[in-house]
Amino acid sequence: MSAAGDTLLYLDNVSVSFDGFKALNALSLVIAEGEMRAIIGPNGAGKTTMMDVITGKTRPDMGTVSFGKDTDLTKLDEAAIATLGIGRKFQKPTVFESHTVYDNILLALDRPRGVLNTLFDKSNGADHKRIDEILEITRLGDLKAELGANLSHGQKQWLEIGMLLAQDPMLLLVDEPAAGMTDAETAETARLLKEIAKDHSVVVVEHDMDFVRDLGVKVTVLHEGRVLAEGSLDQVSANQEVIDVYLGR
Amino acid sequence: MTNFIAGALGIRSYVFIAVIAAIIFVVGFLNLAVPETSSFYMSSYVVSLFGKYLCYAMLALAIDLVWGFCGVLSLGHGAFFALGGYAMGMYLMRQIGTRGVYGHPELPDFMVFLNWKELPWYWYGFDMFWFAALMAVLVPGLLAFAFGWFAFRSRVTGVYLSIITQAMTFALLLAFFRNDMGFGGNNGLTDFKDILGFDVQSDTTRVGLFAASGIALVAAYLLAQAIVTSKLGKILIGVRDAEARTRFLGYRVEHYKLFVWTLSAMIAGVAGALYVPQVGIINPSEFAPANSIEAVIWVAVGGRGTLVGAALGAVLVNGAKTVFTGVLPEVWLFALGALFIAVTLFLPKGILGLANQIMNKRRERQATGASAQPQEAD
Repeated sequence: MSAAGDTLLYLDNVSVSFDGFKALNALSLVIAEGEMRAIIGPNGAGKTTMMDVITGKTRPDMGTVSFGKDTDLTKLDEAAIATLGIGRKFQKPTVFESHTVYDNILLALDRPRGVLNTLFDKSNGADHKRIDEILEITRLGDLKAELGANLSHGQKQWLEIGMLLAQDPMLLLVDEPAAGMTDAETAETARLLKEIAKDHSVVVVEHDMDFVRDLGVKVTVLHEGRVLAEGSLDQVSANQEVIDVYLGR
Repeated sequence: MTNFIAGALGIRSYVFIAVIAAIIFVVGFLNLAVPETSSFYMSSYVVSLFGKYLCYAMLALAIDLVWGFCGVLSLGHGAFFALGGYAMGMYLMRQIGTRGVYGHPELPDFMVFLNWKELPWYWYGFDMFWFAALMAVLVPGLLAFAFGWFAFRSRVTGVYLSIITQAMTFALLLAFFRNDMGFGGNNGLTDFKDILGFDVQSDTTRVGLFAASGIALVAAYLLAQAIVTSKLGKILIGVRDAEARTRFLGYRVEHYKLFVWTLSAMIAGVAGALYVPQVGIINPSEFAPANSIEAVIWVAVGGRGTLVGAALGAVLVNGAKTVFTGVLPEVWLFALGALFIAVTLFLPKGILGLANQIMNKRRERQATGASAQPQEAD
């Protein structure tokens, strides 16, 4: 799976603290191009803060966060980072509830993001074809005229993943995609992510161990804002420290 | 571009244009063609009163554009309206010429009264209509741009933003009260004589101003409609419903807010400029925070995020206000408060939202009951 490509995302010695609480404590992480990585860890381990740092929502107190060859992410804001090619799915599924499924994808589509570009927008046939393709992959084709608000929890998760795809990012950050899903939905989500991982780098944060096993990729265990262990799921599951802080409980 | 123009057209727009056109013709006819002795005669006072409603409708439309579609609740839009009004008022003051009480050829009466010797620099150019009209749009636009630039960049949202818009209009209220600002202090600007050479008191001018207000309202409506149906409009709704999502999709939310906020202020400025010649006065009380809050209530009553509803709400609430303040003046504010509470509780989508709901239900019943023909989706 991890066809060791060039480094896509590089975090070194990153620390963030909120009012003295160290959310990230000298965290280092390397994601290669084309890699899919699962990140697990107990609540408060710093998983979401890590995503916030990568996407520009939170500025690290110290450390290096770089993307691709040598883009320093700590100097950019959310919109710039998104345009650069990092897409993010929130823990709570966040779609545009008053827009149709189709329009949700349309807004996410990789097109110029300026005010004037969108005011005098010229959506063309290629756009519509691409949207239909994405709806096909996420299996939401039958729901394309449905409002976002009317989707089930699982469908919202898939729509949000579809929106990430439409952005055509190089790296997808996916926060707890299986949370609150039925077993069938969880399996479907794993299929979807594996499909996406064929031509994108993906970082998945997840609690559900069966789901992580389904993905079958390298796992990083976070604890108290730093990396506790890294390796295959079997390797980290056998790690005594990991058992003590996370799995054993 | 063609997409953009096409967005403004649609059955709703045609109905809106037809209704406003019909009102203009009926009002003009009843005032100008019907003899004064007839019971169908409409006095010039009523014409101007309706003209005032149309200006309020335009202000409501401006608020709805930014609140209903982008989620930015402004409690200070009255400031942009008043600034547009002052720009027009300054033009009208300069048109008085030597006909003022003191007969000074250049200085308005209040400046002579304050012993000013020459016209302040910022009054230059206001003797020309085109300049005043331009300022009625540019001054509110620039203020909104400057205000929005800082507020949206610093990501001030929600209640905090509403409070600072309120502070903005209050600050302007205090500033315009001062005599040395050069805008007539608390008396404001009044005693207007003519506009573009026509007597502001004459029936034809009043009907003309009424028609101009109607046309401006239609133009503002079409512009707003084109914007909200464009892709940009969809992004605005995205910002309203899930700002973070929009940001992480790569849209610069602050630019979108700034665009629609500034445009909205400009529309409010035009509304204010049309309002002043019809009511015959502009003074600092137009900046009163309560005015801006009232305007938000019109939008809520008519239906937030519907454009047509905002205009309708403004006309209905102001019609009720005219009746109420005539019959039971002391009850009006209570009635307005009760109305706002009732709308929030029972009509969260306003009058137009309720109408849409009823129509949808009927359509559903028809579809399920008769199921004769497939219904066209709106």
